[in-house]
Amino acid sequence: MRLTCPICGERDRREFYYQGAATILDRPDPEAGIETWDDYLHNRDNPAGETRDLWYHDAGCSSWIVVTRNTVTHEVLGSELAKDVKGRKS
Amino acid sequence: MRFSALEILKQGLTGNKGWTQHWRDPAPKSNYDVIIIGGGGHGLATAYYLAKNHGITNVAVLEKGYIGSGNVGRNTTIVRANYGLPGNSEFYSHSLKLWESLEQDLNYNVMHSQRGIINLFHSDGQRDAFVRRGNAMRNQGDDAELLSRDDLRKMVPYLNFDNARFPVRGGLMQRRGGTARHDAVVWGLARGADQRGVDIIQNCEVTGIDIENGVVKGVQTTRGPITAKKVGIVVAGRSSQVAAMAGMRLPIESHILQAFVTEGIKPAIDHVISFGMGHFYISQSDKGGLVFGGDLDFYASYAQRGNLPMAEHVMEAGMALMPAIGKAKVLRSWGGIMDMTPDGSPIIDKTHINGLYLDAGWCYGGFKAVPGSGYSFAHLMATDTHHEPAAKFRLDRFKTGRSLMDEEGTGSQHNLH
Ligand SMILES: Cc1cc2nc3c(=O)[nH]c(=O)nc-3n(C[C@H](O)[C@H](O)[C@H](O)COP(=O)(O)OP(=O)(O)OC[C@H]3O[C@@H](n4cnc5c(N)ncnc54)[C@H](O)[C@@H]3O)c2cc1C
Ligand SMILES: [Zn+2]
Repeated sequence: MRLTCPICGERDRREFYYQGAATILDRPDPEAGIETWDDYLHNRDNPAGETRDLWYHDAGCSSWIVVTRNTVTHEVLGSELAKDVKGRKS
Repeated sequence: MRFSALEILKQGLTGNKGWTQHWRDPAPKSNYDVIIIGGGGHGLATAYYLAKNHGITNVAVLEKGYIGSGNVGRNTTIVRANYGLPGNSEFYSHSLKLWESLEQDLNYNVMHSQRGIINLFHSDGQRDAFVRRGNAMRNQGDDAELLSRDDLRKMVPYLNFDNARFPVRGGLMQRRGGTARHDAVVWGLARGADQRGVDIIQNCEVTGIDIENGVVKGVQTTRGPITAKKVGIVVAGRSSQVAAMAGMRLPIESHILQAFVTEGIKPAIDHVISFGMGHFYISQSDKGGLVFGGDLDFYASYAQRGNLPMAEHVMEAGMALMPAIGKAKVLRSWGGIMDMTPDGSPIIDKTHINGLYLDAGWCYGGFKAVPGSGYSFAHLMATDTHHEPAAKFRLDRFKTGRSLMDEEGTGSQHNLH
């Protein structure tokens, strides 16, 4: 599998560190309560199909990126810088 | 039919024409007392123990493909009880004891081979950790032995003892550890359950779970609706999808784990051996193939096939540890979908829906758990009380933070196990 970094272009998967579902960017309010925090930290949609996850370009430009890909075919459909995604959400 | 040496002799002399089907192929009935979703090792074991221990025989196991088509037929078959943490320790200890009588119990040769598992260590720190683990295992009532470098030189002379970076300093051995034939476990449990009246229904995918006022009523399947008083979800890597049918979101992320097998060679590796550096474990099957694997590919996937980086890592680790195997040709590799939990330990619990139960989160270690999980999950489904050895496998432990079982000590986070 090769991932596309928005800055460095298409690179070997080995250059990246996998963090997990991109929902981790939607950090709840510290006072949001135990249910919300449990859901945020532990529970996952875990889709068989299209997903968005967070990767770190460890051996490249050191950017955090959100990759859209298919978990069944390993097809990589796009990527964005995490800081842009996060900006858009809040 | 009961299997015995006499039966083999009789059949052999009469042209092997008298063997009968091991289990029936029934059409689904419209109603059961209990429905088990998933015909993997855990689902079949649950059905078997429901019938055997609790007399609940009006049971269907619904399998979307053929039984054994999931992880139970794709794993490296290591069976051991060398866990260190309370919760895991007593559970795997119980499971190993069940393995030790499983063949007699099932009247089926599952080729359970207690050839011994050796976990190697390569540094002082690792030795200390293994001494502690060995003591924990012995306190649990299981066997553990610390082997010196000299002991190992006699037992497994083919290791690369003087690897400059990772010299072999010793190992922790569990002689009761070993392997079993994965398919035979599936077939033996299916036959045992079937003989007690359980319907094993293949090519029957569950597509919905019917719930009314918080009580489970049955399931929708590709072969029509079926009602039941109780439903158990036992679908390993597909747990998130099936639980979503009941409106649940689980603490599970599905990852791939690969395995590799070489061409058959003469008996060379008599034990299960694991490298303490990098991730690599190996045994030799009775057909002669070297069966080995390593770590997860480490990203969410349902592909049942892996990528090259982990294949490369596993081969490198294998060559570092036992260079001799480099001559053997790898014939096949494949992957299975692992239901990873944040702390790397499983879930056997009720859900918030009355009559709906969950057995999931076995990560990459659920083959050894097959009899134990079936036994404990059947107990929970039959009696609505937790079976003692599995009592700590609660779904809410992530929320409360109590009784997390992070066996590797890496943290309770999805990408760390
Ligand atoms: C490469 C590899 C190596 C491993 N090595 C080891 C090892 O050495 N030791 C060890 O202890 N463990 C090992 N494991 C882990 C072990 O195989 C699993 O934890 C265990 O098999 C999972 O439980 P199961 O047998 O019930 O799963 P499965 O066999 O995956 O059973 C789940 C079943 O549910 C069915 N299903 C899914 N969705 C539906 C639906 N909607 N309707 C009906 N049916 C459905 C699937 O088709 C499948 O047959 C390994 C796994 C892999 C992949
Ligand atoms: Zn980059």
